[in-house]
Amino acid sequence: MASTEIAPAAPAVRAACAHCGLPVPPAAAVDGAARQFCCEGCRAVWAILHEHGLERYYALREGAAPAPAAPADRLYAELDDAAFQARTCRPEPGGRVSTELYLEGVHCGACVWLVEKLPGLVPGVAEARLDLPRSQVRVVWDPRAVPLSAIARRLGSLGYAPHPCRGLAGQAARRREDRAMLARIGLAGAVAGNVMAIAFALYGGMLDGMEPEFAAFFRWASLLLTVPSLIWGGGVFFRSAFTALRAGTLGMDLPISIGLLAGFLHGVVNTARGTGEVYFDSVTVLIFLLLSGRYLQRRQQRAAGDAAELIASLYPTSARLVEHGRVREVPLETLTPGVVVEVRAGDLVPADGVIVAGRSTVDLSLLSGESTPQSVAEGAPVHAGTLNVSSRIEVRVERTGEDTRVGRLMALVEEHARRRAPIAQLADRISGHFVAVVLGLAGATFVLWARVDPSRALDHAAALLIVTCPCALGLATPLAVSAAIGRAARAGFLIKGGDVLEKLTRPGRMWLDKTGTLTEGRAALLRWHGDEAVKPLVAAAEAHSSHPLGRAFLRALGEPAPPARVEIAETHGGGIEATVDGRRLVVGSAAFVAARAGAVPPALAAVAAELARDGLTPVLIAVDGRVTAAAGFGDPLRADAVAALARVRALGWRPGILSGDDARIAEAAGRHLGLAAPDCRGGVAPEDKLRVVLGSGREGPVVMIGDGVNDAAALAAATVGIAVAGGAEAALAAADVFLVRPGVARIAELLEGSRRAMRVVRRNLAFSLGYNVIGVTLAMTGLLNPLVAAILMPLSSLTVIASSYRARTFDRPAREAVRP
Amino acid sequence: MSVMFVLLPVALLFAAVAVGVFVWAARAGQFDDLETPSIRILHDDD
Repeated sequence: MASTEIAPAAPAVRAACAHCGLPVPPAAAVDGAARQFCCEGCRAVWAILHEHGLERYYALREGAAPAPAAPADRLYAELDDAAFQARTCRPEPGGRVSTELYLEGVHCGACVWLVEKLPGLVPGVAEARLDLPRSQVRVVWDPRAVPLSAIARRLGSLGYAPHPCRGLAGQAARRREDRAMLARIGLAGAVAGNVMAIAFALYGGMLDGMEPEFAAFFRWASLLLTVPSLIWGGGVFFRSAFTALRAGTLGMDLPISIGLLAGFLHGVVNTARGTGEVYFDSVTVLIFLLLSGRYLQRRQQRAAGDAAELIASLYPTSARLVEHGRVREVPLETLTPGVVVEVRAGDLVPADGVIVAGRSTVDLSLLSGESTPQSVAEGAPVHAGTLNVSSRIEVRVERTGEDTRVGRLMALVEEHARRRAPIAQLADRISGHFVAVVLGLAGATFVLWARVDPSRALDHAAALLIVTCPCALGLATPLAVSAAIGRAARAGFLIKGGDVLEKLTRPGRMWLDKTGTLTEGRAALLRWHGDEAVKPLVAAAEAHSSHPLGRAFLRALGEPAPPARVEIAETHGGGIEATVDGRRLVVGSAAFVAARAGAVPPALAAVAAELARDGLTPVLIAVDGRVTAAAGFGDPLRADAVAALARVRALGWRPGILSGDDARIAEAAGRHLGLAAPDCRGGVAPEDKLRVVLGSGREGPVVMIGDGVNDAAALAAATVGIAVAGGAEAALAAADVFLVRPGVARIAELLEGSRRAMRVVRRNLAFSLGYNVIGVTLAMTGLLNPLVAAILMPLSSLTVIASSYRARTFDRPAREAVRP
Repeated sequence: MSVMFVLLPVALLFAAVAVGVFVWAARAGQFDDLETPSIRILHDDD
């Protein structure tokens, strides 16, 4: 057959695109041209760079080729909207305005160079500063000279599609907090260093003797230095401990505050009296270390939140309004019921409405979890958040924003995210007992020493409070957790909160969404019965169809040999009729084929019924009026799903499927995965998913894993919600963990990594408690002096730091490290 | 040794200036992005 001749037809060597470096497809190649481009987008970018003398970009990019530039026909008119600008732009001196935009596709030094050349490319732009780690550019421009949309179009034409940043106010507040924290750490560090230097002199005096006026001078100097560190740096802990006390809880900050205050006040008293020990060096080092630990932890958690926000910002903010036969881009918020919008193939539907023109297939998987795309025609309702797959449609808007199905689901998400009670973390649970034990021991020390040597009783009791001030205990959890979250991020898990790791170590119920999580999330040809010889004919015909099943045929059968002469007629919701090289071909549903090609042979009819029973979509193929083959389509399970679920079960979790898809499909998938039928629930509406998760939540911890808007409410209500890559924005917002790379195997890795992380936390806590036992013993026996404390305290902290950062909690698998 | 009574305050004054500069830099956002400036300095050649 013709199909065997496919390979030699491809050219042996393909030219590389002059912009992105990818091979140039034969269809795009221009004979004899010095520079070849893979697409119009790349050609346009090259032309812009050439025209402005910016070819240096290609020398700078150091081999890291950019993604091919998609030809951007977006107008970005929504960026010029007055309400939008009032929200996101800030006035600058000289009548200028500044704002921040997320850019897609910035990844290297050459991108920084090019983006910051924007003032030379767009007259009216005063400054462009790119923040590479955040993919965020700050643009300062003169609104009288150039609109923001023109700047955005230029960025888009360079291949860096801009998106408005979300939550700018929150981001600015967080940034201010970060800066204040860093300033505190700087002060605390400087104070700690200087007080320690002075303390060395005092230790020297302890051993060799020191004239009293110097000793007094050094003590007063340390006291004065400690005050700003205690008030400004230590204030963080005092405030937090006080807030917790008023709320009736005991946090880790309470024992920290007691230790810091006891050390300081004891030092003040002894400095004023001129006798006894002072522990100012321990107090200041403590403040510095604890602040640093807290800062690191917050940064790691914020990085995960920022990354999720970045992805959420990539979702569309504009709709294409149809008015008097012309299409205009408008901000999403300005849509009102009654207007007509255009939805192009590949676009998300912007609002709930009814189709008034066009026929297409709509992918509902994000909204309802159904894996099979549905054919829609004039008069059919479509919902916001679904994906228009095959061709352009016009939709009359009926409901917008919060009134849409997605909007109502999001309201549910917010409600449950608010309601979820925070779990007290391990260190916080310990701290209550810790306070009681330490205060009891200090009291006992005072009473015992009051009998032996009353003049030293207060000194020894205070020394005990200082030495047990949970430096290592306060660092143990934050450091271990932030080190683990940092490792997790490098391995592709973005974890939004430190408590997630702890929650994931107590096994319970695990509900998995099927479509896109356990399965590939797209239709594939899974079974073929009958004549193999007709496959090339089918491929040739389906190459001209945009139906998802047609695409699936091509993925399975390969691209057809080009010379076939094809005529094709497509019937929405039925199938296709085609003539390929003179042979008549009918491909489609049983009813469709039977009506056009005569009776279906009983054997193939039985096969079709069996396919349907197995949860597959049957398709019949007739050639020249005779039905010769049947094909079964379904959403195949991911290759690693079976092994991954076995690992999850080995960790003690009880997995189950919660799918919006048909119950038969869910059960068929469950059978392959070895799940009992009651654990496979199909046909579950988003609201039902929420109910199931809430129901399981009463029995113990429940983890929900999903990717769509339909999972979002359940993700928010679960003990831990895990969103999978490629999902919807709503799922990202509601989840605690975001998996950057798809696949269920990642979930098993996440659970195992969390276990290892919590093991490190417990090891750290054991270290620091052990150190405290030594400290308490020394203090109670009166052997503790400032020098011993100054050696013991950093030693315990260093142990905890080393133990946290050396631990291999989340490892990037070797095979994945190879991939870019 | 009584020079200590002068030297220590002078040393602490220097430290206070350094801390003041650091606090200013942190508040002005100099440490917000630690990656891009290292790339940018290689480009400012035209």
